[in-house]
Amino acid sequence: MMREYYLNTIILGIFIIIPIWAFIMDEPFTITLMTRAAIFALAAVGLNIALGLGGLVSLGHATFFGIGGYSMGILAYHAQTFTPLMEWPILVSGSKLMPLIWINAVIMSAVAGLLIGILSLRTSGVYFIMITLAFGQMFFFFSISWSAYGGEDGLSIYIRNSFPGLNTLVPIHYYTLCITLLCAVLWINSRLIKSPFGIALNAARQVPARVETVGLNPVRLKLAAFIMSGTVTGLAGALFADLNRFVSPTMFSWQTSGEIMVFVIIGGVGRLFGPVVGALVFVALEHWLGGLSDFWHIYLGLLLLGIVLFGRGGLIGMICGEARLHE
Amino acid sequence: MNNIVLSTKGLTKHFGALSASKNITLDLRVGEIHAIIGPNGAGKSTFISQVCGSIKPDNGTVHFLGRDVTQETVRDRAQAGLARSFQISALAMEDSVLQNALLGALGASRNPWRFLSPALGNKMLVEQAKHALDRVGLSDHANKRASELSHGQRRQLEVGIALTLSPKAFVMDEPMAGLGFEGSMKMTSFLNRLRQEAPILLVEHDMEAVFALADRISVLVYGEVIATGTVEEIRADPYVRDAYLGEEL
Amino acid sequence: MTFVLLAEQILNGIQFGIMLFLMAAGLTLIFGVMGLINLAHGSLYMIGAFSAAAVAGMTGSFILALLAALTASAAAGALVELLVIRRLYNKDHLDQVLATFALILIFSEGTRWIFGSFPLFLDIPDPLSGPVTIPGGIQYPLYRLVLIGAGLFISIGLGFMITKTRIGIQIRAGENDREMIAALGINISGLYTLIFSLGAALAGLAGALVGAIQSVQVGMGEPVLILAFVVIVIGGIGSIKGALIGALLVGLTDTLGSIFLPELLKLVTDPSTATSIGSSLSSMAIYILMGAILIWRPTGLFGIKP
Repeated sequence: MMREYYLNTIILGIFIIIPIWAFIMDEPFTITLMTRAAIFALAAVGLNIALGLGGLVSLGHATFFGIGGYSMGILAYHAQTFTPLMEWPILVSGSKLMPLIWINAVIMSAVAGLLIGILSLRTSGVYFIMITLAFGQMFFFFSISWSAYGGEDGLSIYIRNSFPGLNTLVPIHYYTLCITLLCAVLWINSRLIKSPFGIALNAARQVPARVETVGLNPVRLKLAAFIMSGTVTGLAGALFADLNRFVSPTMFSWQTSGEIMVFVIIGGVGRLFGPVVGALVFVALEHWLGGLSDFWHIYLGLLLLGIVLFGRGGLIGMICGEARLHE
Repeated sequence: MNNIVLSTKGLTKHFGALSASKNITLDLRVGEIHAIIGPNGAGKSTFISQVCGSIKPDNGTVHFLGRDVTQETVRDRAQAGLARSFQISALAMEDSVLQNALLGALGASRNPWRFLSPALGNKMLVEQAKHALDRVGLSDHANKRASELSHGQRRQLEVGIALTLSPKAFVMDEPMAGLGFEGSMKMTSFLNRLRQEAPILLVEHDMEAVFALADRISVLVYGEVIATGTVEEIRADPYVRDAYLGEEL
Repeated sequence: MTFVLLAEQILNGIQFGIMLFLMAAGLTLIFGVMGLINLAHGSLYMIGAFSAAAVAGMTGSFILALLAALTASAAAGALVELLVIRRLYNKDHLDQVLATFALILIFSEGTRWIFGSFPLFLDIPDPLSGPVTIPGGIQYPLYRLVLIGAGLFISIGLGFMITKTRIGIQIRAGENDREMIAALGINISGLYTLIFSLGAALAGLAGALVGAIQSVQVGMGEPVLILAFVVIVIGGIGSIKGALIGALLVGLTDTLGSIFLPELLKLVTDPSTATSIGSSLSSMAIYILMGAILIWRPTGLFGIKP
């Protein structure tokens, strides 16, 4: 069994070497694929905070992915049409600046996470799954009916938004931004797991009654995890929309929620790099199997069934065995 | 009376037609161990749950440190200094023994909202946790997973977590269960000293331990306290002998 | 806003609700007895609709189409239960979600592979097409009335089956205590397969019946599935009565909301704004209803308190 630490290093190596190789060989499409993988990984790392640490089976994380996407879409749309976002009580204009868009995506996701979390955490187990799925669907239908921002057709943004000092239109530049954010969030996540909050949350997942008897509120811990989780997935949504220069209700769809969860499971729930492995494998399958057959989702379904029925702990679990204690 | 730490008055709880607690009135005083004994199904765990707040009584009150806490949550009571150990171990099985103890220390600090600094780097928390583990004799197992502990060691960890809270009163649900002879002896002498720190409301099946430890005993049968008294009084009570102790003594 | 329009919309809401109930009843039974959350229930709905459309296309008979839908979805349900689902009863909800999500992928893509990406159409049989006049002088499509009638008939039949028959007693025993049915010497795995394919048949029937008033296409099942989840959350998991009341509430809220919210808003703002805000709000109405009920009763209207 390989130490998880080495496997993580190898995965990080893949995320560094392949894009550099593609840059040298002048293969921008490969860089775009890797960018897609990094963004999916970020979205799934977000979900993993709720799912892996908090034990919250959220089947509505597309909500955050979509909110992030529309944060980008709406701000950039107003900037490119030179229309104000809001005139009252203060004048707010759109923006093409990524950092601003990201901050907006994070704040909006946090607000949504708070509201959905407060309602959904009144319940648990299978209710929680159904409710998060339902709220995701609510945002989906809302975005379809919101004609001011394209309704069903979505919003196109003509030029990718900008980041000071970089030319985001160059694939490797945009990739660098995405992978840096992914690494930063992974670093935060690795600290989070070992922090007092992480320990309390970990216990709240396993034995909420115990957490109550030491005077802590397990629901509040889970709510905090749900919000954090949502902000990370929201940030990924903003990046994804910018990658495609397009945002549509599809980002809110239940399939998106399902896929984000699939990334986490293929890689390994609760493992730091689980979502990263899952996203990488998903993008690779999508690329290769998608090239071989129009119906590649059948194979994805079979793979997923196999992992659920026979392979505990996802790919990382199969390669590295059971998770080690955090020391 | 000033020396009463914890008391219940007329505590009553029905589950449908079954009355699990009938008008239970008893108290726990400074420096004492008050044992609750009774046959299986007598409503001991239901009683404990009402004392700790995880079940709300239909009637009656719970006072803790002179305050009516009947409507307060488990958390409120824990923060006020009521520490509970569970009958069926409620431990984070995937985590290390030390992490389980740290959870208690974190609860005592009331501040789990620290996100980036490693908990094991926090000297105060770790000291508190290690000290508690040391006292229940688990220092050597601090880095094991809780799931790797024997049944008895899990009981010890339960008590250890309660210790990290530096509580004003302990409520212990069968801390001796599964400990074996030597373990029981150790736990008995440990609890014997512990009562100086905070009084203990003790539910226990191990009669030898109960008779060795308890200052007072209450006998619970079918949700009702049929007798309260010193060890001698309870041993001598013919009604108790008839209803519960039977031929054992 | 006339009485006729109101009556029509109420009937539409009831019809929609009744069809949702057929989905929700199976889901809630399966969860109540086996503790399984089944995302692939929408696929069974789709299988029912596709089988009906295919058979109707070949034979021209609506009755045969309905029989095909029932048979195909019940068979698919039984097959899936035997191959996959029964391995999931003892797993946690996360595994159940993923495995049944995988089943959706397989069923959806498989259907697309067989039937292509274009929607199929299932015609309303001639004797049932066209409007009828019902008391109050309201013209209402006969087929939708038949849907309401058929749905109510099935609901009553289901209620009868659960309260009065031997199999119903076994099901209720299973909901209360899984060990008990084993102790009673009932063949559990047979019972589970039966319940699962019963739920599947109900979903398939709903798919076929609705298929005649909507287009039959891949992905038609999941939006209905999610609405059925909302129904179950409102009604309380495991409660058939809750599913019926929840389904009617959701059906009526959805239908009436999309008509009346824009009208109501026209009273306070200009028509075009009212229409756009109204339609956005009405798309959220059932979820707001769900949120409100959750605040009031976290385990739903008829759910068991934890």
